[in-house]
Amino acid sequence: MSTMTSDVSRRDFLYIATGTVGAAGTALALWPFIDQMNPDASVLALASTEFDMAPLQEGQGVTIKWRGKPVFIRHRTKKEIEEAKKVPLAELKDPIARNLNLAADAPATDENRVKDAEGKVNEKYLVQIGICTHLGCVPLGEAGEYHGWFCPCHGSQYDTAGRIRKGPAPRNLDIPPYRYISDTKIVIG
Amino acid sequence: MSGHATYEFRNPVVRWIDSRLPIFSLMKAQAMDFPTPRNLNYWWTFGGIAATMLVVQILTGIVLVMHYTPHVKLAFDSIEGIMRDVNYGWLIRWLHANGASFFFVAVYIHIFRGLYYGSYKAPREVLWMIGVLIFIAMMATAFMGYVLPWGQMSYWGAVVITNLFSAIPVVGDYIVQWLWGGFSVDNPTLQRFFSLHYLLPFVLAALVFLHIWALHVPGNNNPDGIDVKSEQDTLPFHPYYTMKDLYAILVFFLVYLAFVFYSPWYLGHSINFVKANPLVTPPHIVPEWYFLPFYAMLRAIPDKLGGVVVMFSSLIILFFLPWLDRSPVRSARYRPVYRFFFWLLVLTCIVLGIAGSQPPEGLWIPTARIATAWYFIHFLVILPLLGKLEKPKPMPATITEAVLARGGH
Repeated sequence: MSTMTSDVSRRDFLYIATGTVGAAGTALALWPFIDQMNPDASVLALASTEFDMAPLQEGQGVTIKWRGKPVFIRHRTKKEIEEAKKVPLAELKDPIARNLNLAADAPATDENRVKDAEGKVNEKYLVQIGICTHLGCVPLGEAGEYHGWFCPCHGSQYDTAGRIRKGPAPRNLDIPPYRYISDTKIVIG
Repeated sequence: MSGHATYEFRNPVVRWIDSRLPIFSLMKAQAMDFPTPRNLNYWWTFGGIAATMLVVQILTGIVLVMHYTPHVKLAFDSIEGIMRDVNYGWLIRWLHANGASFFFVAVYIHIFRGLYYGSYKAPREVLWMIGVLIFIAMMATAFMGYVLPWGQMSYWGAVVITNLFSAIPVVGDYIVQWLWGGFSVDNPTLQRFFSLHYLLPFVLAALVFLHIWALHVPGNNNPDGIDVKSEQDTLPFHPYYTMKDLYAILVFFLVYLAFVFYSPWYLGHSINFVKANPLVTPPHIVPEWYFLPFYAMLRAIPDKLGGVVVMFSSLIILFFLPWLDRSPVRSARYRPVYRFFFWLLVLTCIVLGIAGSQPPEGLWIPTARIATAWYFIHFLVILPLLGKLEKPKPMPATITEAVLARGGH
């Protein structure tokens, strides 16, 4: 009887151990198959882009590509800057700056929207990722009720500092990490 | 699929094989002799039509892959090559592009037939739920297929739909990057969509097999929604329903091919003849017609996460339908109140479809909101209440009695 019992427990042990190794092995083998879908080395390598804003006239904007995404660079008019500055923070749908160069909870003042990684501010130049924070369309410039950007896909409206004012988008347009390397030249990324 | 068939085939080769792998007995029992209610109407042919469309899509798709190149630099041009250079390339491509639409036409009619005649009720709940899975897998397949030509609508459709996942709190952005294989929809995205677009139809075929298996356990529901009581209530599947289905398939093909030959781009969007440009979103982006009701629900909710949740819930809710509808009577023929609400649901879905095709402004916003709300009220409030309150009409005792009462034979 006693040998029987020990036999059964040995068998149980082997049974459970084999099952565990099999399950753990399968789980581990799964990871490479999941991770291969993440951005690869060549995609990650395209991390930074340089741009000189000097040729931009007042009221002119360009769209450049950074990491495959459109980046809006706009030389704002005085009227646009004033309009953006006048808005009280309480009126904003998203009161956070969404500037990757600042603390995650920095308020969405106009100044915080144009600050680079080293705290430098040139309020003429607004640099932001040109992707609507709703579902990723590229908004149209100088459009919408707030004279900033208007997304044609689902009707989100941004003001002249790229802050969401109306429509389904949850956040202000993101400001990419960038810094000035001269008065008008910036490096994004 | 009950037990071992005992049929003895006359042909010795067939008999020899069948005693080792009973595939002939299985086919005979399930595809030929299978007892099928004698009162099935033409709405019942859309299952067979949908299955036929799946076959058409797989065949034309395999041919298209012989000429298509899944790369952002070459995809758009290779499609034009198919249209201009490949022998009959235009035909194969239009069959495939319109085939997707007509696959959805067949499936939507098939789904609404199930809703009207209560085909989701016991003992066919699992059959219904596999059907919902097929529907969802088919939507994923169609979406990824639409991205492959790499036109403007392809690209921006892919951007908007993949961005739905960014609404998930905390991990959303990582999931989207993982889906893209980059920081935007780009070559890695196109290549993985191509891979999955080739894979999913075979998953669909496997699901269809399970769907038919689950159908062959209880057998078909029927327009009167009453169980088969005796052999008198049934006909063998072949030749009665094989021929009826074939006739319906031919009529369906007449319409499908009219589009293919005379108006192949009627259901498409001309902006997709412009190559994808990641820097410019077209002024009015809309999905293909078969996604419009869901798109309207997405836009009806003024909150990003809320819109995504509502849209996916509209599909998930279908899994619970067999338990939301508490009425013991299956067919709407004997449920006068349900019949009214059924048609109201059809109308709701059509209104959602139209709202989804319009720019999100003016009266379309409240219209889409009311229709979205009604869609959920129908399933969550009306159906459970009707089960309690509705008084069904008297029902015939057997299918045969019902057929004879209508002057049939």
